[in-house]
Amino acid sequence: MPEPKIRKFLTLVEEIHHEGGKPAAKPLRRGAVVAVIANPFAGTYHDDIAGFMDDLKPLGLDMARRLIDALGGDATAIESYGKGAIIGEAGELEHGALWHVPGGYAMRELLGDAKAIVPSSKKVGGPGTRLDVPITHINASYVRSHFDAIEVGVPDAPRSGEIALVLAMTTGARIHARVGGLKAADIKGEDGLR
Amino acid sequence: MSLDIRRISVLVEETVSEMERVLDRPVKKAAAVAVIRNPFAGRYIEDLTPLVEAGAELGRLLGERCVAALGIAPHEAESYGKAALVGADGELEHAAALLHPAMGAPLRTAVEKGAALVPSSKKRGGPGRPLDIPLGHKDAAYVRSHFDGMEVSIADAPRADEIVVAVAISIGGRPLARVGGLRVDEVQGMDGLR
Repeated sequence: MPEPKIRKFLTLVEEIHHEGGKPAAKPLRRGAVVAVIANPFAGTYHDDIAGFMDDLKPLGLDMARRLIDALGGDATAIESYGKGAIIGEAGELEHGALWHVPGGYAMRELLGDAKAIVPSSKKVGGPGTRLDVPITHINASYVRSHFDAIEVGVPDAPRSGEIALVLAMTTGARIHARVGGLKAADIKGEDGLR
Repeated sequence: MSLDIRRISVLVEETVSEMERVLDRPVKKAAAVAVIRNPFAGRYIEDLTPLVEAGAELGRLLGERCVAALGIAPHEAESYGKAALVGADGELEHAAALLHPAMGAPLRTAVEKGAALVPSSKKRGGPGRPLDIPLGHKDAAYVRSHFDGMEVSIADAPRADEIVVAVAISIGGRPLARVGGLRVDEVQGMDGLR
């Protein structure tokens, strides 16, 4: 399989100061990076697609680096993450599933020993389709303050023969998190859950 | 007026290929988008000076954020544009107060020069509405390759008493511009038009 053909990148950083409550001393940063690539399997059913996962690994690392840089450059400041994919209409939902391994690998590679599963969402859609990418804590999925999401979309992508691949990260909890549950300060960080 | 900024989003779009042609130089566009409280939501106020002052502050802040996100020196900016989306309880004139009387000067400082009119758009709408920011060459409005735009949307804004204010800056025009007109290398940059 050839290396992915990239059309564009979109990097998004949100800086959230407040949502009606007291402004945070340190604003929350939420970010996402999207790469729009050609879908090598668009148009016809292919049984054997798994090899493309390895081809996506270098792109995943590039995207994760771009995102950490956009969030300030300090990988240790990243507290939660997520990933997603939007597959153009000549493709198949299963093509989006190719992103699970390389997307997760790339973020773990740069964030150190992240323990928790990377939550994800995917769908088939056309240009401008918005995707809500779920986000949870990088070391303990049950940290309630970090259950979050970021909406992304690219106005002119994915075209029918493209896939938009997404990585998302944040620097902290929801801006006015106050509904209890496991706190980030209390995690054991052994099983990826608590 | 003390400017109440709830959140700021910065988007960078980098186009590396189009129609399967790799571009000699990637086109990079940035948008910085602030969500502010509208102090005049829900009532008619004759004197909009506070919003005019907020516009000046935002012109500087959002212009600088775009330049920083593009990783360029201010003079390297080629195109600019601005737009505002007023929440349901506000008035189109509130967008005009932010954008027109005082935003241009600090924005031009952020991009060094800027002889041309800053193209703009405005509308009223609810959370998540897409806003198209027009883009034009900063020193010569007639540069045809740089007639462009950038779409942004913020999922949770504007709430009824908020305004979304956006500035966009690009390096490069449309990816494969080829419809003639005034070229960048012909710009005189004196009258803002040619």
